Amino acid sequence: MDAILVQILNGLDKGSAYALIALGLTLIFGTLGVVNFAHGALFMIGAFCAVTLQRILNLSYETVDPDKTDFLGQPLKVKTPYVESWFGPDVGAAIIDWSVPLAILFAIPVMLIFGFVMERGLIKHFYKRPHADQILVTFGLAIVLQEIIKANFGANPIQTPAPEMLSGVATLMDGVVYPVWRIVYFCFAALIIGGVFAFLQFTTFGMVVRAGMADRETVGLLGIDIDRRFTIMFGLAAAVAGLAGVMYGPINAPNYHMGMDFLVLSFVVVVVGGMGSLPGAVLAGFVLGILESFASTTWATTTIPGINQIIIYLVAIIILLTRPRGLMGRAGVMED
Amino acid sequence: MFGLDKKDLTLLLVVALLTLLAPFILNPFPTGSGLAQFNAGYPDLMQRFVIFGIFAIGFNILFGLTGYLSFGHAAFLGVGSYSAVWMFKLLSMNIIPAIVLSVIIAGLFALVIGYVSLRRSGIYFSILTLAFAQMSFALAYSVLTPITNGETGLQLTLDDPRILGASATADGSIPVTNLFGLEMRSAVNMALGPWNFTFSAGYYVCAVVMLLAFYLAIRIFRSPFGMMLRAIKSNQNRLNYTGLNSRPYTLAAFVISGMYAGLAGGLMASMDPLAGAERMQWTASGEVVLMTILGGAGTLIGPVLGAGMIKYFENIFSKINDNVLHGWFAWMPDGIEDLTVTLIHPFIGKGWHLTLGILFMLVVIFLPGGLVEGGQRIMRLFRRRKATEDDQTKAKQPAE
Repeated sequence: MDAILVQILNGLDKGSAYALIALGLTLIFGTLGVVNFAHGALFMIGAFCAVTLQRILNLSYETVDPDKTDFLGQPLKVKTPYVESWFGPDVGAAIIDWSVPLAILFAIPVMLIFGFVMERGLIKHFYKRPHADQILVTFGLAIVLQEIIKANFGANPIQTPAPEMLSGVATLMDGVVYPVWRIVYFCFAALIIGGVFAFLQFTTFGMVVRAGMADRETVGLLGIDIDRRFTIMFGLAAAVAGLAGVMYGPINAPNYHMGMDFLVLSFVVVVVGGMGSLPGAVLAGFVLGILESFASTTWATTTIPGINQIIIYLVAIIILLTRPRGLMGRAGVMED
Repeated sequence: MFGLDKKDLTLLLVVALLTLLAPFILNPFPTGSGLAQFNAGYPDLMQRFVIFGIFAIGFNILFGLTGYLSFGHAAFLGVGSYSAVWMFKLLSMNIIPAIVLSVIIAGLFALVIGYVSLRRSGIYFSILTLAFAQMSFALAYSVLTPITNGETGLQLTLDDPRILGASATADGSIPVTNLFGLEMRSAVNMALGPWNFTFSAGYYVCAVVMLLAFYLAIRIFRSPFGMMLRAIKSNQNRLNYTGLNSRPYTLAAFVISGMYAGLAGGLMASMDPLAGAERMQWTASGEVVLMTILGGAGTLIGPVLGAGMIKYFENIFSKINDNVLHGWFAWMPDGIEDLTVTLIHPFIGKGWHLTLGILFMLVVIFLPGGLVEGGQRIMRLFRRRKATEDDQTKAKQPAE
């Protein structure tokens, strides 16, 4: 029983990341009908927002401490971050410690603006072009973004630790030990997913967007500027991916190709969930994350060697061949 | 001749001429000069040009003709490489059986994967091929280690059986790949004044194979089968409504293009008898997509151009560093020189991927037909200008 619980928990954090990215992908696909291969890059940029904020907070000035000497016998240089000198050492240190959660506030505007610019500047011109062209241009964009990050931050992973308070392990019932941050990540993902669904379900804006997803033309004929709303949805989707990236930093140190690594899997998730279905994307994200973690147990890998490596793809192939629309796909989406 | 019309024949002859004279054409700068680093005429790189050319030609038969975008084509290249290396290990170092086996095995793989993947089209097809390729990659990396030698990659050793050849040469080293005794590594150097040209046996074998592959591709493009594939691209529904089952045609195209990839993989292993799982990763599949689109999907010469361009970027462009740039811009005033170098710096050397990505985006946005379309547009521009000039001269002539 414990073992099963642990595997489910292990699956939840990866599943949360899949679900968040897949949710964003589906939002973009369902509203704008664009297959966005640069979505993984948005996830990565989110993670690097956290890195950037961490660097900004750690900006410091040097003072010479006359009382102490370093190991060479010279006066010791002490680095004091500006935040510590502004807010006092205790609050300053706390701010630096909490840089990852704080990066959420930093990442939301950055990702929203990034999403708007991307949609208005590039994606807008590709609505009428075939899906292959959309895939290709966003794939190119993903390469460009990845290389820009690599040029500025280097190719090595950069540690973005979780706040001290949330970085230990928690003992759950029956003595199951589990890292706190992963629980935080799961709750965060659940919150975001719930927020997005509530936004679409309970606000007028969300209602218009849902109407637009169902029949864009009619909504346009009713005199509603649907394009503007869809642009905002693109920004929202970018923000969701970015936030998923910000919070993922403490689990896996951000590096420039993390987006590409997640992208392939997220596409598989979207397809399994059903192209254009938001609940499907979330469901498939968690299901595949948990399946993956079950396949990594010793029992599974000894029964079928290598199953942990291929389980997701295998499930995707089976689903696509038996349920062509995915788990919860709608009819008439991407069937040409 | 060869069953081609005049235009195609000219194209084939031009390509043949260019590939056969490549050691001269790609070595325009004297060896000692500062620009010698832009010479691409060394055997290793030239082999890569033509091998990836074959890969891209094959990909183009699928994507360019039927419009099915496969994101897992590198799997066939990897499978081809593995089979070729196994042939070197078990049978002999002659490249013919190795290449034949790699084509056959890749074809079989393509048949299985294609049979399953082609049940869907559009983005689903792309995801399915991607999933299969990633699966092959993951398996080659982990469980299939006895066959693929995992992370290290498959290599030749001294205790391989090699039934028809020797396990080791007389001096106790691993024998070299050959074509009936002609060693792939052998090369003839020709010094001509300050220039130094290398003619490698391996390159010419690859080049001849590529020309054959190119010829075959032209024939496929011009055949009724090719017309059928184009019909699938332009409107598959209509084709189905006329009572035609399009799947055998797409499957045939998929298998042919998989065999081309296997051929490229086999050749790659023949030039350098190694095979690693990273050849199958989806980034490698992405690369051939880049090549084909950059050159011009659906055109004959496009993929070859694209392959050459990307490989040139990867090997030559990446070598430019700040020192070289400073050398180029030395004529500018110091401040501006530094500024120019700083501005260009992110795009060169290790940043060549960035340049490639930007270039690729520009091509997709503005030139959906790739470099070939760009060339055609420029040609048309010139022709039109000439035509208008002619009109003007005509107009100026007084009426009789």
